[in-house]
Amino acid sequence: MSVTLLIEQLLNGVQLGTMLFLMASGLTLVFGVMGLINLAHGSFYMVGAYATAAVTASTGSFLIGLAAGMTAAALVGALVELIVIRRLYHRPHLDQVLATFALILIFSEGTRWIFGSSPLWLSPPSWLTGFVTLPGDTRYPVYRLVLIGVGVAIAIALYLLISRTRLGMRIRAGESDREMIGALGVNIAKLYTVVFALGAALAGLAGALVGALQSVQVGMGEPVLILAFVVIVIGGIGSIKGALLGALLVGVVDTLGRVYLPLFFQTFMPPSEATGVGSSLAAMLIYILMAVILAFKPKGLFAAND
Amino acid sequence: MINTTPLSKNAAPATHAESHFDRKGLVQMILLGLLLLLPVAAYFLGHTYYVNLASRVTIIAMAAVGLNLAIGYGGMVSFGHAAYFGLGGYVAGISAYHAFDMTPFMSWPFSVPGSDSLLVVWLAAVVLCALLALAIGAISLRTTGVYFIMITLAFAQMIYYFANSWPTYGGQDGLPIYIRNTLPQVGNNLLDSSDALTYFLICFTGLMLAMALTSRLMKSRFGAALTMARLNDVRLATAGVSPYPIRLVAFVISAAITGLAGALYADLNGFVSPSMLSWHFSGELMVIVILGGVGRLYGPLAGAVLFVMMETFLGGITEYWQLFLGLVLLGVVLFAKHGVMGWLAGSERNE
Repeated sequence: MSVTLLIEQLLNGVQLGTMLFLMASGLTLVFGVMGLINLAHGSFYMVGAYATAAVTASTGSFLIGLAAGMTAAALVGALVELIVIRRLYHRPHLDQVLATFALILIFSEGTRWIFGSSPLWLSPPSWLTGFVTLPGDTRYPVYRLVLIGVGVAIAIALYLLISRTRLGMRIRAGESDREMIGALGVNIAKLYTVVFALGAALAGLAGALVGALQSVQVGMGEPVLILAFVVIVIGGIGSIKGALLGALLVGVVDTLGRVYLPLFFQTFMPPSEATGVGSSLAAMLIYILMAVILAFKPKGLFAAND
Repeated sequence: MINTTPLSKNAAPATHAESHFDRKGLVQMILLGLLLLLPVAAYFLGHTYYVNLASRVTIIAMAAVGLNLAIGYGGMVSFGHAAYFGLGGYVAGISAYHAFDMTPFMSWPFSVPGSDSLLVVWLAAVVLCALLALAIGAISLRTTGVYFIMITLAFAQMIYYFANSWPTYGGQDGLPIYIRNTLPQVGNNLLDSSDALTYFLICFTGLMLAMALTSRLMKSRFGAALTMARLNDVRLATAGVSPYPIRLVAFVISAAITGLAGALYADLNGFVSPSMLSWHFSGELMVIVILGGVGRLYGPLAGAVLFVMMETFLGGITEYWQLFLGLVLLGVVLFAKHGVMGWLAGSERNE
């Protein structure tokens, strides 16, 4: 258990956490402002990744691809809001779950139809492929550090957007009293579309950035979506601050658990068994964390609406 | 979650109820009759494939009957019922595995051997699923609304990932059941579970029992309390009945029914894998309940028939059949709230 491994895995955990934050912030905003549970958020993640991969492949520029990915996710998000989601705001959660589950099926199979079943390849641009040496002689990929940087920058930008701008003021007002801001002359329908598209764009960005690290394939958004659910349940649904904290917590606990639990069991078990027990326990770790937190705080760490 | 639906909504005029009885009863009779007669006919014409298909419909309907008790009657939108379906399946699989290997399932603190008896497998599946649901429900039911949905989903994922990474029983490759678990032999060879029609009739009996149990429960005092817990839990509490234990018991029964269906499913396919535990299956079960008509006794059956037919026939035409399933589902959710049974049999009295 060297210090190098610990630093490396901590950074990996933070990197996973920042990407989860990009997903979770959109989900939690949409729930906080519109009261909508959106399973199709993982589809925007996938749309962003596919658009980025396709545009990067044809233009050769990762940055143009990234911009295209975010734009595509935002546009698809706005379109979905206009056609489907808008009919669901006053429906029970069951209807929202089912309609957005239907959207997942449509998006996943549609994407498979257009792009085929085999994954697309997207790699980080060459100027981001190197390693940096951190204190303690840890060599760490530049690209992952950039992801952490992007996540932090987005977190700050979101904070400024929500606390300093007129749009942010409306979002906060929408969270506390929907009817009232409508009565005050704010175009709620437009506000909802903008918030939904913003969330979709952030999910698309996360999909594109992570897609360059792993692979771009159908269904890539689903595991992330469920992790993002755990994040916002832990953080308190509707709270951006909770999403940030929950994302970092989940990212770090999950990553460290996967590395250290098997090592821990090896200290008193035969290696092959230890790996089995350790990795199965590690896979359950964040859900156990969630259960423990909910046992004490049923509304999460930073419940927004009460 | 305070729902202000007035009680009087339930007390529709009697004439209104009677005018629907015949049509509803007729639709239900036809549905059951077809489900029972078509496989029997297929069996004697030598089409075992269709008998097994009918078993599949029946088992999935039974799993959905369980979920319908939670969602439709109890108002608990569980997004994690695949956990119980899968656990039931793994009980059948693991039990058969140890019986086949003649190794004990566990030897400490007391010895538990494997078993290839269906009765033992069913009992174990029901008990274990009930215990799991008791633990998950006890935590999840402390929350409501969207939290409940996400938490039940998260717990099911936990079990999914556990099954995926636990190597003893096949991990993500799953576990085959080489010989279908058996029923005790009574006299001659009447109950041979490996016979397709016999197994269908076993599943059909299971489905009928599950539906009878649901119907019986909902007519009892317990059912009245559960309905009230869904419609207005404050009013129920004011009447001196605490909603939490009522919901928890309903949740546990619901999970036990779904778990028993899972055990039947594993024996039907001769195979159990983590995909039985996946959140996609939880979603599909919800889809079936909604397609059929939520909170209706025959809704899950109608939904399962429709779902498996779409899967079989659309799936035979295009490999992208789930795209069309998505479109149909979207249409039903947005425009046809009462599902197939609502469309065929008219609305329920309390709608």
